[in-house]
Amino acid sequence: MRQGRAYIALVLTPLQWLVDLPAEVADEVSDVVVDRGLLMRENARLKIEALELEQKRQQLAALEEENNRLRALLNGRARISDEVELVELIGVNPDPFQHQIVIDQGSEDQIYLGQPVLDAGGVMGQVVEMSHYTSRVMLVTDARHAIPVEVNRTGFRSIALGKGELDELELEHVSATVDIRVGDLLNTSGLAGRFPRGYPVAEVTEVIHDPGLSFSIVRAKPLARLDKSRHLLLVKHNEPQRSPEENPGSVVTEAQQ
Amino acid sequence: MNEHSQGGGLIIFATFLFGIVLSQMPLPEFIGWARPEWMAMILIYWVIALPQSVGVGSAFVAGIVLDVIRGSVLGANALALVFVAYFAAMLHRRMRVFPIWQQSLLVMVLIGANQLILHWVQALVGYTGDSLLFLLPALVSAFFWPLMFLILRRVRRTFYVS
Repeated sequence: MRQGRAYIALVLTPLQWLVDLPAEVADEVSDVVVDRGLLMRENARLKIEALELEQKRQQLAALEEENNRLRALLNGRARISDEVELVELIGVNPDPFQHQIVIDQGSEDQIYLGQPVLDAGGVMGQVVEMSHYTSRVMLVTDARHAIPVEVNRTGFRSIALGKGELDELELEHVSATVDIRVGDLLNTSGLAGRFPRGYPVAEVTEVIHDPGLSFSIVRAKPLARLDKSRHLLLVKHNEPQRSPEENPGSVVTEAQQ
Repeated sequence: MNEHSQGGGLIIFATFLFGIVLSQMPLPEFIGWARPEWMAMILIYWVIALPQSVGVGSAFVAGIVLDVIRGSVLGANALALVFVAYFAAMLHRRMRVFPIWQQSLLVMVLIGANQLILHWVQALVGYTGDSLLFLLPALVSAFFWPLMFLILRRVRRTFYVS
């Protein structure tokens, strides 16, 4: 079944490109037809940004070294930095019930099912369906998606469920006594082995303690620009992979165990 | 005659291809709910116009293609479109003599049924969403029907598809 689907999708790949063509042309045109002043301003901004990032990176190198030394002292495994690969978005699922996007690489490019996808802001989702030259990515906000997270400040672990809204995630089973505040950063916790640890996912936007409910309601806003990013990163993540035959619907159950 | 019907098949195929492209066009999020069901409309037109050559079989193939490109459950769109094609074929004599606004109403009902079946199948496998907005495309499609009908009729007459 999956194989058949992949082949039909292969036949439809040119159509997929055709549909994407106007957006691509518009991109090209706006690259060519652009005001010089705008470019200079952008250039200046990017220079400042690069400088800031450079400065952070300098500290990071020292911290990473220190972290590895400490881990070695504790007999822990050194953290391997993940390999990433740049991919481009070529389609969006028109069905508003499904938050899925199509990217321009498939099984011919050594992509695997369940592979995490990031953008500059944070985690976007995971690969759920592959054809030969395209594949489908389920976004973290899809109503069937769940991602294990931890609060950066306290290390409290939870699961962020998609709600089917583009700018909202909800944390599950957060008891009323947990220390969690608006503005807390949620990182991937790396549990369940699907997403690598430590990538930003969302920022808490609302915490409601309702005495009538046994858990508090915690809402968060994804940090990835889910509806705007065109260039995405695929992470080659070296954790042992779960069986690739699992369908995306089982992501939730897997994470809840 | 034979030559004609072959060329006609090609034209019909091309309109369906165009329908797929239209139904994949990226739209801003807030209009996403109101996307007309182009494929179902094109199918209804051809079934009414040429019930002897476009029918349940073509609907099935179109549905499978739509499933793959939309990423829905394989067979969901196929089932819905087969339904639509069947009823359109049953009603085609009546629909041909209706004035265009009355056709629009029927198209709304047919596409509403299409949306219901689609939503029902998707819900069976766990796509949740409690909003009734999924019925909106029926209304929008009915609105676009006269335009679609006139364009496709022009296409049919220009290329002598019969």
